[in-house]
Amino acid sequence: MEMVLSQDKNIVLAKQGNRRELARLLTIIESGERLPIEESNESWVLGVTGPPGVGKSTLIGVMIEEWVRRGEKVAVLAIDPSSPKSGGALLGDRMRMSSADTGESVFIRSLATRNHPGGLMPFLDSMINLLSYCGWSKIIIETVGSGQSEIRIVAFANRIMLVDGPDRGDIIQAEKAGIIELADVIVINKSDLPNSDAAAISIKKSLEYSNKGDDTIVMLTSSINNNGVSELIEELENLHVDKDRSILRTKERLLSAWDHRLLSNPSLDEILLNIESGALNLDEALDHL
Amino acid sequence: MSMRIVIAKPGLDGHDRGAKVIARALRDAGHEVIYTGLRRKPSEIVRVVMDEDAVAVGLSTLSGAHNVLIPKVCEELISNGMGDVIVFAGGIIPESDRDYLYSLGVRAIFGPGTKTSSIINFLEIISDRKDSQLDVGVGEKIGWRWS
Repeated sequence: MEMVLSQDKNIVLAKQGNRRELARLLTIIESGERLPIEESNESWVLGVTGPPGVGKSTLIGVMIEEWVRRGEKVAVLAIDPSSPKSGGALLGDRMRMSSADTGESVFIRSLATRNHPGGLMPFLDSMINLLSYCGWSKIIIETVGSGQSEIRIVAFANRIMLVDGPDRGDIIQAEKAGIIELADVIVINKSDLPNSDAAAISIKKSLEYSNKGDDTIVMLTSSINNNGVSELIEELENLHVDKDRSILRTKERLLSAWDHRLLSNPSLDEILLNIESGALNLDEALDHL
Repeated sequence: MSMRIVIAKPGLDGHDRGAKVIARALRDAGHEVIYTGLRRKPSEIVRVVMDEDAVAVGLSTLSGAHNVLIPKVCEELISNGMGDVIVFAGGIIPESDRDYLYSLGVRAIFGPGTKTSSIINFLEIISDRKDSQLDVGVGEKIGWRWS
C-alpha cells in the first residue's frame, strides 16, 4: 500500500513536468508493474514501421522539430532489438534524433525488445497512458522494423505510418507482410535519391489493385532537406482514424498479452529442456504451460 | 545484472570507433546500451541519461578537451539531482589529468589498451556497490574508484 502511495506522489511529480520521475516511472512499468492511472482512449499514438535502414528514426527526428514548432509536446518510444544470445541491446535510434535532446517539449525513451516478439510488449499500453496523462500530446512508437510481427503495432497505435525507401525493390515484401493494408500513411523517404517517384507510383498502383487507393495516403519525404515533412504532419493531423480494425486491434492485444504470459512463465526454461530431451512433445508442453 | 548505460561522445571529436567497440562489448555482456552519437553537448548528454533512466554514463573523449567537458557533465548531473549516476571515462586522458577528474566523482578512466573485460568487471563492481548502498555515484562521497 505504501508503495502505491509513493508512486502516486511520483505520478503527480511527473505530471508537473519532472522528467526524471517520468523516466523512472517508465522503468517501473518496463519491469512489469502497473501504475494506478486510468486508461484513456484519447491518446494520440502514431506507430512508425518499415524495414531497417529506410530512415525511420531520422524522419521522426525532423517530424519532432516540426511538431515542436507547432507547440506540441512529443514523446517517442523507440524500440530496438535485444540480442537473443546475451540479452543485451544496442539502442541507437535516438542518435538520429539528436536535435531533440534540448528543450522541454520532447521526450525520447529507447526500449529493448527483451525478446518479446516484434518488441511490442503489453506494457506499451501503460507507457502510453502515463505519457498521455503527463501531457504529451503526440506519442510515437518506432518499431524494430522487421518481420511480420510488425502488424502488432495496431494493438498500441491508432495511426500507422509505413516508411520505405526508394529503389529498395521491397514493396512486394511490404505487401507480403500485410502491413501495407493497415497503414494510414505510406511514406517513401529519401526522396532526394533517384527512383523515389517510381517507388511511390508502384505503391499507389498496388493499392489500387486492392481497392484501397482512396483512403491510404502515399507521400514522399526527404529528411536531409525537410522536403514533404510539413505536408506529412498536415496529413497526419487531418487523418480520419476510423479504419475498420478494432477486431484486429483486439486480437493483436490479446496475442501480445498471451506471448507475454508465455514468456514470463516460470517453468518455461524447464519445459524447453523437456521438449529438447524428448520428454514432452509440443502439444504436451502447451498443455503444461 | 543487466544495466542501462549511456555511452556518449562529448564535444567536437569525430572519432567514435572506441565508443562503438565499448558499446558493443557492453551489449554482449548483457547490458542495454544507449549510444548518443558524435559531438554532443554536456547538457544533451545529461538529458539523455535522465530520459533513459540510465544507471551509468561512459564518456569517450579523444580531443583533449576532457578537463572542460567531463567536469561539465559531472556538475550538470549533480545539479539536476542525478548524483547517483555513475560516471566513467575513456579515450586519450593523460595520467596527469586523472586525479582532477577522479576528484569530481569520475569512478574509472580507461585508456588505450584496456581490455573490454576490465570495463565489464568495473560495471559488475559498481552494480554490487549500488546494491550494498556504497558510494559510487558522481555526487556521492569521493574515495572509491576502480583501479
